[in-house]
Amino acid sequence: MVNGENLKTLILIPAYNEGEGIARVIARVRQAVPDADILVVNDGSRDETAAAAASAGVIVVSHPFNMGYGVAIQTGYKYAFRHGYDFLAQIDADGQHDPECIPMLLAPVIAGETDFVIGSRFLEAGSYTPPLPRRIAMGFFRKLVSFLTGTAITDSTSGFQAFNREVIRYFTRDSFPCDYPDADMLITIHRAGFRIRELPARMFVSPSGRSMHSGWKPFYYMFKMMLSIFVTLLRRRER
Amino acid sequence: MPLQQKIFALTVCMIVFAFTIELVRRRRLREEYSVLWLATSAIMFVLVLKYDWLVALTGLIGAGLPTTTLFIGAIIFLMLIAVQFSIKVSKLTDQVKNLAQENALLRGEIENVSREKGES
Repeated sequence: MVNGENLKTLILIPAYNEGEGIARVIARVRQAVPDADILVVNDGSRDETAAAAASAGVIVVSHPFNMGYGVAIQTGYKYAFRHGYDFLAQIDADGQHDPECIPMLLAPVIAGETDFVIGSRFLEAGSYTPPLPRRIAMGFFRKLVSFLTGTAITDSTSGFQAFNREVIRYFTRDSFPCDYPDADMLITIHRAGFRIRELPARMFVSPSGRSMHSGWKPFYYMFKMMLSIFVTLLRRRER
Repeated sequence: MPLQQKIFALTVCMIVFAFTIELVRRRRLREEYSVLWLATSAIMFVLVLKYDWLVALTGLIGAGLPTTTLFIGAIIFLMLIAVQFSIKVSKLTDQVKNLAQENALLRGEIENVSREKGES
């Protein structure tokens, strides 16, 4: 990679029922970062996700049953930590994130300028605008997270991230918030002393049209996030 | 407390107590979960038998009737059991998650090894 010292980078793609689009995403990721290994964590998909990913020639780890996005990415972190990867970038399998942005997200982490980079759709002109209720909730958490971390964060729910081995190690612990790892996760790593930076990243409307935030879930999400931010602040800082 | 009520309450306490012991004996119930059940049935038993204590306790917590005290005791007990279960379920959820992740990673390793063997 950039430093050329045999540093290993892993691109993590958590996938659930993405059998149709996964091969295309993998191909584009490979084009964007040819030197990196690619890991697909198949979160108990009922379709051909695992087979499609395996035939694309990437590393595949399959959960025995569906456990959710947060657990899937943590499985990826555990894999990365055990196999000695120095850097990790993660990207959604639904084609929402533009793989061409990966090198740009990784660059400051590899250069050692920061520990954790989160890609924001709001800093990027070409990205889509989410529906109004979602924008209001996002705006609220944006203010709260920016205040609590002391860093301007515009897109705390973004799953488009890159970070170094220290953060990978930190995320393999039981304290990792597996049900919705976003706002409280950012606050936790800030309190653990990691440097966070937000960079613009291109995002599109999910082609499959599915979102984890639908139905009653936004209400539970708001509640869960408020509660977990609150208890995160009550906990002792640990690293 | 009328004799009829007393006999009924004592019988229920004894049945619960004996049933819990039997479950532990047959290893259907772990010792750690039997504690709350055994303690509650024992306390209820004593309170029904020693009616003076129950009346004193009723005065202490400001309840109107001694039977109310028993009901409150029962409700507190149920809440404790429910909380104990919630804690346990949370812990089990974590453990199942870790096991499933471990299973996935190990299966990945094994597939990797057997693929390499097949190639060489």
